[in-house]
Parts: sequence; C-alpha cells; structure tokens
Amino acid sequence: MNEFASIGELARGLRRGDYSSVELVRHYLARIQNNASLNTFISVTEDEALIAAAKADQTLQRGKAGPLTGIPLAHKDIFCTQGIATTCGSRILENWIAPYDATVVARLASAGAVLLGKTNMDEFAMGSSNENSYFGAVLNPWDNSRVPGGSSGGSAAAVAAGLIPIATGTDTGGSIRQPAAFCGVSGIKPTYGRVSRYGMAAFASSLDQAGVIGHDAQDLAVVLSLMSGLDPRDSTSSDHVDSWLESVAESGLQPIDEGLSIGLPGEYFKDLGEGATLLEAAAKELESAGCRLTEISLPHTDAAIPAYYIIAGAEASTNLSRYDGVHFGYRCENPKSLQDLYQRSRSEGFGTEVKRRILTGTYALSVGYFDAYYLKAQKLRRLIQQDFLAAFEQVDLIIAPTTPGVAFHTGDLTGDPVAMYQQDIFTIPASLAGLPALSLPCGFSNGLPIGMQLIGAHFSERQLLETSALYQQRTDWHQHHPEVA
Amino acid sequence: MANIDINHLCRLAQLALNDAEHEAVRGDLERIIAMVDQMQAMNTDHVEPLAHPLDANQRLRRDEVTEVVDRERYQLGAPATQDGLYLVPRVVE
Repeated sequence: MNEFASIGELARGLRRGDYSSVELVRHYLARIQNNASLNTFISVTEDEALIAAAKADQTLQRGKAGPLTGIPLAHKDIFCTQGIATTCGSRILENWIAPYDATVVARLASAGAVLLGKTNMDEFAMGSSNENSYFGAVLNPWDNSRVPGGSSGGSAAAVAAGLIPIATGTDTGGSIRQPAAFCGVSGIKPTYGRVSRYGMAAFASSLDQAGVIGHDAQDLAVVLSLMSGLDPRDSTSSDHVDSWLESVAESGLQPIDEGLSIGLPGEYFKDLGEGATLLEAAAKELESAGCRLTEISLPHTDAAIPAYYIIAGAEASTNLSRYDGVHFGYRCENPKSLQDLYQRSRSEGFGTEVKRRILTGTYALSVGYFDAYYLKAQKLRRLIQQDFLAAFEQVDLIIAPTTPGVAFHTGDLTGDPVAMYQQDIFTIPASLAGLPALSLPCGFSNGLPIGMQLIGAHFSERQLLETSALYQQRTDWHQHHPEVA
Repeated sequence: MANIDINHLCRLAQLALNDAEHEAVRGDLERIIAMVDQMQAMNTDHVEPLAHPLDANQRLRRDEVTEVVDRERYQLGAPATQDGLYLVPRVVE
C-alpha cells in the first residue's frame, strides 16, 4: 500500500477490492502511531474510525460508493466534532467536547470519509510555526529541527509524512498555504464564503475560511467540492452557484486547456532570495504550456501586514471574549470573585500569542484609537482589494511566492512577534481581499520544499485548480516525499 | 506613539498578567504598534472602509424559530452547572 497515494488512487483501490476501508484505516492508524514524535495529531479516534470504515465497506459492497467513501481524513482541531474533543490547540478548551458537528465535518462524513483524528495547530489558529500549540510543537517531516508552518501545521505535516491522505485546514492570513508550502504539499484557501464557517471556532470572522490540504490539485478539488456550498447556518456563507464545483468530485479535475494570462506582481518578487529562480521556472513551465506571462503591480502590498494584524486582532479580541470560565472550557481553581474567575481562567487558559493578539485588538478598538487603527486598517483593506480587482482586469491569475523562504528552525522567531508576522507577507493580501488562493510544491532549496502560490479572482477556484492540474501534469514536485518511519 | 496602558487593556480584555508577563507584553505591544503605525503614512483619503471581503450584506432568513433548546447537552461542556444554571462565585453579598 502506497502511503502517499492520492485519494483518487485509494478510491480506485477500494472499488477494485485491493483492500477494504477497514484495512486502509488500520494502515494509516499504524503510520500515525509510528510517527507520533511528529506530534501532528491532538486526538486519534481509532474506535470511531473503525466503525465508520466498516460502514463504508458495506456501502462499497453495495456498489453505492462516492469518491470519498471509506477514505481516511483528518480535521484540524478547530472544527467542532460531536462527541470528540475540539481543543483549538488551547488549554482553555483542553477537555471541551462539542455538542454538534461543524458543517464541514457533517458534509464530509455524509460523503463517506472516515475521520481518523484531529490535527495539531497553533492555538486558535494564531501562528505561523505551530509552536503556539498547548499540545506542543509539530515537527516538519522534511527536517525535524524546522517548523511545519502554521496554523494548520498538523494537517500539512501529517499529509506530507503520509499519515493521512487528506486533511482540512483553516486559513485566516495564510494558515493553509504557508504550512502546505513548508511541508511540500498542496493546499487551497477558497473564496471567503465558499465554505461554511458553522462549527469552525472563530478567530477573525471576516477572514476565516476553511480549506483542504492534500497531495495534489485533484484531491483538493474532490474534497472542496463535497464540503463547500451555501449553508443557512452561516450567514456569511455565499449563495454563489458553481455547478462545476458541485460536480467535479464525480467528473474529475481536468487540466486547463486554454492559454491563461498570468500576472507576476513585482512587489512579491523584489527581495525574494532562494525561491525566485524556482518560481520563475514554474512560471516558464506554464508559459510553455500555453499561458502568457505579464508583469503586474499590486502597489499596496506593504499595507497588508499592518492592516491585517489590526483587523485580525480586533476580531479575535471580540470572538475570544466568549471564553470566560463560565460557559465552556477551563476554569481556574478557587475563584475569589466573578472578576477573578474571568481574569484567571482566561490568563491561565490562553497562551502568550493569543493574549498578545487579544491585547493588540483591544488597543485598536479602545476609545480614542478606533479611527486611527481599525477604521484605517479597513480603508487599507479596500485599497489592497482594489489592487487585485484592477490586476484581474488585466490577467486571469496571479503567480506569487507562498512564503519568503523555506521552513525556518524551531525557536528562531519565537522571541520576535513582528519578525514572525512578516512571514505572512505573501499570503495575507489575498486573505484581506477574500480571494481564493492555493499553494503547490514547485521545487526544493537545500532539500526543503518551496511553494508557488496561485491567486485568482473571487469564485475562480475552477481556474486555480485546473491550472494547478496542468502544472502537476507537467512536473513531479508534488510526488517528492520526506523519509519517515 | 502613545504610551500603552497595559493595565487598562488587561481590564478591558479581562486578563490578569503577572509582573514578568506584563513587561514582556509591553515590549511586544510596543513593537507591534510601531509596526502597524506604518499605516499612518499611507493615504486613505476618500476611501470607504471594507468590512466584508465581498462587500456583501448579512443575508436575511425567514423569521422562524430554528434553534433547538437542548440545555442539558449544551451545558455538558461548562465547568460548573446546577439545575440548568451556570454557577459562578457569589456576586451579591
């Protein structure tokens, strides 16, 4: 059994009867156990998985299997799972069990996917290295002394190490794309509103979007197809109708056959070191496949990080006010008063980075500072979005680096939050604009993977995924894997 | 840059920091605010703020009861409850 098989290959193996879903699940459970030192999972749901796999095997025997029936899957531990702990990587939710399933969880379960566990993450999705988890850092499977990226680092590292063929993630400022790049796998953040946020613990509600991490664009398309779409339970989920996306899980992803116009933003390439050559080679590959390359400009790129850390901090400080030591989760010992209960429960329950962001957001929203920070950031957000909208008048897609460099060493940036925040420079602008974007492996620098980011106009996931399929048809970077146990 | 009153922010955010955390947070926030203050040099005259990335309004639904009342199950995750109520330290003596 090839542990790096795509879910397409696994689905064919299941239908041919090469193995049962129960056998597949046992295989991946053993791999998770053998690679526990990578710390990619917060909880492993062996018993529930074997029951779900047996049920999937019955569906397969009746010839009623869909593209995900019996396929092992992991969810980032930010999605609510009924009866299974949902921690968000935080002490404050260490023992919290959700009373309901997130829409993403429910949809993928009803498509027959088998949940093997919940993946490790930066606490409340705040981080770019996975060092901010209460449950310990995740190790990068390519080099255990390096970070896997964050905040969906557990999902990315688990897929890269062949511990799970596909995993969900969430992306607020790059939390799917950056770890996908650092771990050498593919990851998509859809258009804001494409996937329901119901049951996905909120960090920054105007930015948070669920997506998928997997081995190739085909796998991303299948899972996105089955988890996306309007949800009456999320008032920000979009009613945009996309019959292509609805049917692609069944019909399969085809490489794009029209020559697209692709923009290369000068602002993203100016200080790029080791990755520039690889990205240029990737762009040339698409050019030789019939795409046209154009230099473009996104002049407000420098505004992205300041605007993002105000908006995300402000929304986080509001969203995280619900963790009060009363309604759910952790409560401090022997509170002396209600105030003491609130303050100590939150201070003992939240980690350093979460407190830092809550305080940044509180500052930005406090009396006298609102206009100078929050409103200013929202105006810059519009300018950043207008840059993209103008660019998409000119080109169909944008190619950009996903990260400034390869995965950094654990501990390198922990003492310097501003340096850590700069890591998100290339992923944050698309998040602020609500655009779909994905990261694909496009080469290696000193044995470590480099990611190429494709950014599209709102609801252009088809172009993004079909262009990715074209690239992955012509290259094999996505088929390189780390050596793991 | 304005002087950051960490105690005031902690009161607003319901956080209690010890002395070491207090000093560390002050240093971090000073650097973070200095970084975000780069915004102030950028011209945003006549620009409308963007609150929703698709500029969409909240979608309305029919005014029908859709929520399920299942207090017992929802309170299972609470640290202390009794008779359907959340328990907190005495507020009124």
